[in-house]
Amino acid sequence: MSEIKLKINGEEVTAEPGTMLLDAARKAGAEIPTLCNLEGLEPFGACRLCVVELIRGGRSRIVASCLYPVEEGIDVLTESEKVVRYRRNILELLEARWPLIDKALLEKYKVNTGRMARRDNFCIMCGICVRHCSERRKLNVLGFVGRGIERQVVSYTMRAKEFCPECFDKELSCLKFCPTGVIVNDCATRCPASRDEEAFAKPIRVRDDDNAIAVKKSLGDL
Amino acid sequence: MLGKLAAVDKIIEAHGSEREGLIQILLDIQREFRWLPKDILEHVSKRLDVPINYIYNLTTFYAHFSLVPKGRHSMHVCMGTACHVRGAERLLERTSKVLGIKPGQTSRDEKFSLDTVNCLGACALGPVMIADDEYLSNPTMEDIRRKADSCE
Amino acid sequence: MSEIEKLLNPSDFEAFQKKIVEGRDPNRTAVAVCSGPGCLAYASGKVFDRFKVELLESGLAEEVTLAQTGCHGFCERGPSVVILPDEICYLRVSPDDVKEIIETTLRGGGIVERLLYKGEDGLPVQKESDIPFYKHQQKVVFGDNKRIDPRSIDDYIARGGYTALVKAITTMSPETVIAEVKESGLRGRGGGGFPAGAKWEATAKPPADTRYVIVNADEGDPGAYMDRGILEGNPHSVIEGLMIGGYAIGANEGYIYVRQEYPLAIDNVLYALEVLREIGLLGENILGTGFNFDIIVHKGAGAFVSGESSALMSAIEGRVGEPRPKYIRTSISGLRGKPSCLNNVETWANVPLIINKGADWFKSIGTEGSKGTKIFSLVGNVKNTGLVEVPMGMTLRQIIFDIGGGIRDDKEFKAVQTGGPSGGVIPEDMLDLHVDYDELYAAGSMMGSGGMIVMDKDTCMVNVAKYFLEFLSDESCGKCVPCRDGIDQLLEVLQRLTSGNALEEDLELIEDISLMMKECALCGLGQSAPNPVLSSIKYFKDEYIAHIAEKRCPGGVCKALIAYTIDKEKCIGCGKCMKVCPVAAITGEKKSPHKINNALCVKCDSCYQECPAKVQAVTKIRQADVITAFATSEEAANE
Ligand SMILES: Cc1cc2nc3c(=O)[nH]c(=O)nc-3n(C[C@H](O)[C@H](O)[C@H](O)COP(=O)(O)O)c2cc1C
Ligand code: FES
Ligand code: FES
Ligand code: FES
Repeated sequence: MSEIKLKINGEEVTAEPGTMLLDAARKAGAEIPTLCNLEGLEPFGACRLCVVELIRGGRSRIVASCLYPVEEGIDVLTESEKVVRYRRNILELLEARWPLIDKALLEKYKVNTGRMARRDNFCIMCGICVRHCSERRKLNVLGFVGRGIERQVVSYTMRAKEFCPECFDKELSCLKFCPTGVIVNDCATRCPASRDEEAFAKPIRVRDDDNAIAVKKSLGDL
Repeated sequence: MLGKLAAVDKIIEAHGSEREGLIQILLDIQREFRWLPKDILEHVSKRLDVPINYIYNLTTFYAHFSLVPKGRHSMHVCMGTACHVRGAERLLERTSKVLGIKPGQTSRDEKFSLDTVNCLGACALGPVMIADDEYLSNPTMEDIRRKADSCE
Repeated sequence: MSEIEKLLNPSDFEAFQKKIVEGRDPNRTAVAVCSGPGCLAYASGKVFDRFKVELLESGLAEEVTLAQTGCHGFCERGPSVVILPDEICYLRVSPDDVKEIIETTLRGGGIVERLLYKGEDGLPVQKESDIPFYKHQQKVVFGDNKRIDPRSIDDYIARGGYTALVKAITTMSPETVIAEVKESGLRGRGGGGFPAGAKWEATAKPPADTRYVIVNADEGDPGAYMDRGILEGNPHSVIEGLMIGGYAIGANEGYIYVRQEYPLAIDNVLYALEVLREIGLLGENILGTGFNFDIIVHKGAGAFVSGESSALMSAIEGRVGEPRPKYIRTSISGLRGKPSCLNNVETWANVPLIINKGADWFKSIGTEGSKGTKIFSLVGNVKNTGLVEVPMGMTLRQIIFDIGGGIRDDKEFKAVQTGGPSGGVIPEDMLDLHVDYDELYAAGSMMGSGGMIVMDKDTCMVNVAKYFLEFLSDESCGKCVPCRDGIDQLLEVLQRLTSGNALEEDLELIEDISLMMKECALCGLGQSAPNPVLSSIKYFKDEYIAHIAEKRCPGGVCKALIAYTIDKEKCIGCGKCMKVCPVAAITGEKKSPHKINNALCVKCDSCYQECPAKVQAVTKIRQADVITAFATSEEAANE
């Protein structure tokens, strides 16, 4: 198939059809932050840090570059004024959940921390651990429950006991991929494998106050 | 126990034992048992060869599914927009106070469940609630108490 | 259904239709008892049951047709009973009125005057279409409800039902059908207003072995029930539209995705499908034309976000109803990866009309950019709550005041909300805005699916914005950061506002988060979630400022900012407020002014509502002013 021609930050580049803007742009030397994207996993589109401005026929729109395939004749701006502003706001939201976020990134985008209400539960719901466990390892130890702000990641104890030892401490462990590093830092309590509770499923995220975990929609004995 | 799972099997077969029918199957199970007990979900997981994490993702995503037993009597307070501007928040508070449970909860004796719904199509009566099958238009605490007392 | 005989070709259908029409006496008396959701709540089921019994007893059962129909529209005055062919409209009918109706009207040809609508002038109105609520409407899609028993395909066919389908599959090519729909200018009634014809064309185009057509009956807007009204009352109109779409697009399978909270709609649709299969209007080789089509009903398990196209298709596949993140149209890759066309209930219900009466007829109704009629669920603080169908281009003022009769209890109007959780509020000085996709959008709201919530002066606009965010924070799928955390943080600010803890900078914070969400969120839910907040700031900024600067809630709604007091001058000492107070915070002797102890008061609003309208002695003041009046709560308790 013929190559597709497009512009990235004003520079002409070519790419294979089906290439995502993120990859094309990175190849062209652009720096685009990402959190929920991991090679080998289906693009997920959750963190939205990778947004770029796309101009086609004079019309501009914001798209997630990890999911948008290259198109003939488009102009892609990876650091336009809008993109920078939006990334700043997104980082601001993320920082409220995850205080350990990369400070260099906060500085680069001049993020004004402190405006948002604290939501220190550390997990940013990038879903990498869940997707890694089900898509790649096909073990289904981890999963999402709930929706909206109540959404969380849980590990199913029975399956954890059975399957986590298969990955634990190896290259394939989900702990190695968690971008927040929280599971790793706090492995003794967070790693599904090191759990011996009798509960059917346990949230893997940490919260500053335990009551906050009481999910609006009762999870029963989950 | 066997009887219970047999009933589940019947539901599963009625939907062609297909993974695609999972939501429809769970809806029927919810109707049959008024909630989704864990053993039943594990059974469904095996029968349809769907991992348990997937099933719980579904059942906690859709509002209609309940993972705890529901009361024998259901109280539904409408939180639709029309009812909201006519004072649904206060109606919910009143009901919650009378029943002694919060929205989404079931009383300890499993007599009542209190839930919120969106637009019952009875906006003319707003703020409105349904106690079992009876519509109550802007009931006072006294009205709600009377209704609750009349429940077995 | 007379007897089951499969219709094998178009002439069979014609004969079938002729038999039904000829077998009917247009002057036959029929009683249509509304069993729409509003009337059911007023116990119209009992009215129907009584009619059944009393008709038998009076010996009229043979001469009079009795039907339980879908919503008539005027839910405010339910239960509604319409006597045909004269369209005598009885309102607020109770089971005890039934005998009198039978004797006086059905047997005697007279009128039961006390059950008629009484106009402003106090004069009774006999005919349904003369009642102001109905007079200003144009019922094209929704008008047949009272003439159709949703369980009777004969009723539908007698009204011309399925002739559009037969016309399409026997005399028109799929391309001509699409061209006609395109030409009509029909736009989606589910929210976005996307041109239906263009969507059909886009779905028909990509090469594929299978295509799907789908009805969106998820009706997620929390204050609306139009789609339910159509599906319960006239399921065949939606089915016929879907079949025509299937033919035009090249789909052999259709889906109806309907929320499980609508059991009557589901039952009526399932029943209709069964009958259609029996007579051969659904299935293989319909009427010998070679067109195969079947329809499957899928029940939605309750998720607002599942009303979004790609999410709805995931739900049909038995998966979590989350929007797909991919930038690919469902018209190219939808249900099971096949080209799929999703339209709203009302959109589909318009299709048979367009095919039968032509695009030119359809175009003659409405405005330049918005053609046809639109059904609204006119609710909230309006006098005449109900489902109304109006031509596009009517002004909001006409709808609210001429049809809706103005504001309940003759209070002052404050705003009207359209577009549900994705829409916005419109203030008084914009009431002359026309019902038109583009005009409403330009005003910061949107047409939406048809929710129209009227708000009076006792509504707090900050509280309404908070209401929608609360709804959305629960209904968001929770996948992407802008939507999940953006809504959460917006809600936090709104909570600060309603509790009197917000700062001026918070308005800027709202704007920052909102702009980002509008462009960065993954799906329509997150992208439109800030609309209710932004539009209320746009038009009611003074209310936001009052909450911030004066810690005052102009609508008198935000509990933390208000307190109740009794005006000594006005109170007549009737004791009503004292009786309803759940915490005994009100004291006073009979016939002398009462007093509220603010330290005990739980602000349940009961006294305010109970105080006679003529007296209005219970008033709301600022909480801040109470605190200055009583230094401590002990002092207050001693008061
Ligand atoms: C969060 C969300 C919820 C929606 N809910 C509904 C709904 O309940 N009913 C509906 O018809 N359309 C709904 N829509 C719009 C649909 O995505 C889709 O545009 C529509 O069904 C297409 O039909 P139409 O073109 O006939 O309007 C929703 C969209 C979003 C983003
Ligand atoms: S990397 Fe693209 S959305 Fe997260
Ligand atoms: S909003 Fe409550 S019944 Fe419609
Ligand atoms: S429900 Fe009877 S008129 Fe609407």
